[in-house]
Amino acid sequence: MTGDHNAAGHRAPEHRAPRLSVTGHGHGASGRFIEAVDLSLSFGSTPALRGASLGVAKGEIVAVMGPSGSGKSTLLHCLAGILVPSAGEVHFNGMRLDRLSDDKRSALRRGRFGFVFQSGQLVPELTAEENVALPLLLSGMRRGPAMAAARTWFPTLGLDGLESRRSGELSGGQAQRVALARSLVAEPEVLFADEPTGALDSMSGELVMNLLVGAAREQGTTVVLVTHDARVAAYADREVVVRDGTVGTLTGAKP
Amino acid sequence: MSVPLTLLGLLERGPSHGYDLKRDYDAYFGQGRPLRYSQVYATLSRLARDGKAVAGPVEQGAGPERRRYIITDEGVADVEKWLAEPAPPEPDLQSELFAKVVLALILGKHAGNYLDVQRAAHLQRMRELTEFKRQGGTLDVLLADHALYRLEADLRWIDHTAARLDMIARTVQGQS
Repeated sequence: MTGDHNAAGHRAPEHRAPRLSVTGHGHGASGRFIEAVDLSLSFGSTPALRGASLGVAKGEIVAVMGPSGSGKSTLLHCLAGILVPSAGEVHFNGMRLDRLSDDKRSALRRGRFGFVFQSGQLVPELTAEENVALPLLLSGMRRGPAMAAARTWFPTLGLDGLESRRSGELSGGQAQRVALARSLVAEPEVLFADEPTGALDSMSGELVMNLLVGAAREQGTTVVLVTHDARVAAYADREVVVRDGTVGTLTGAKP
Repeated sequence: MSVPLTLLGLLERGPSHGYDLKRDYDAYFGQGRPLRYSQVYATLSRLARDGKAVAGPVEQGAGPERRRYIITDEGVADVEKWLAEPAPPEPDLQSELFAKVVLALILGKHAGNYLDVQRAAHLQRMRELTEFKRQGGTLDVLLADHALYRLEADLRWIDHTAARLDMIARTVQGQS
């Protein structure tokens, strides 16, 4: 991953350019690329996280499992800097993510993280290729190169010929593959995926997971994957389980 | 799975030597459990004895092959009947998982720990099978999917059981 840093500190990724070593202050004290330590967060009087801890190594694909309402999506949102925990620490590549300002966390999300959610992520007014190019355009890349970079993803994801379609003209599986391309086009260091196959039939879901894992491994992207589906979790290197706002491990390894 | 009927089915494609039948069986269905030659030839002999196949004349030449086998009309009918029959839908009503959970509860042990370990083992196997699918061909995917769906069913049972373990423990301990 490379990136020209503009005045705001955002990176304007060059598609498929050689990846430089990750800059920053080094990994967390534990050597983990991403580390959540003892996170707590409540929504009103309802606790969502109660001392949740999780470490993720660089390039690792970790599935976060757990029943509905267990806090797994809240944990993902804290790791990604979307939510700030009321207690505990979130480290990303040596930085205290939870201490960054809203603007800096927003810049981090735009420049270094990718996101894919269950559904409804595409901007309906834009074509599929404009949707894919969006992160590049937002990071300051000119339209021509951004669109050209976006188009390279369509054959990779089996979306040839759908570049000009709008989201309403795509099937659920096609739309999710477009969303996946958009999440990866800027070659993020971390991909956060929250139930990425939750709205798809099993065949479409399998295709999306194969593409997600294949692309992430090729790019060396770290992936945090929230799912309640064991078949989806089986694509990960390991899984952790969130129960009642805390993280347990299935394998006896450190979460 | 019925080895005799599967071999008979392969034989329906055309006359074959035992060697070829073993090779094809292992390729399609072996998956770590290849047939022994002795099993193949013993099975073919029984099929011939029972009128499901006939053995051709002994052939001269190098190699282990001695004779071809040809399926009979009776054999074809058996294969057709077998392919149309449903396999038993629930062969293991009492599984080892069930027995371990109930015994742990009878003994007042924490069955949740066992369920966690079992869940981890199931997920590890699912990871292996998923990787096998990603590397494999169409038939590998078909085979791995069958195992994955069964493991997933076990996992759902594990999660369902774990969620109501206290209630089950009270019931089990009330009976003992």
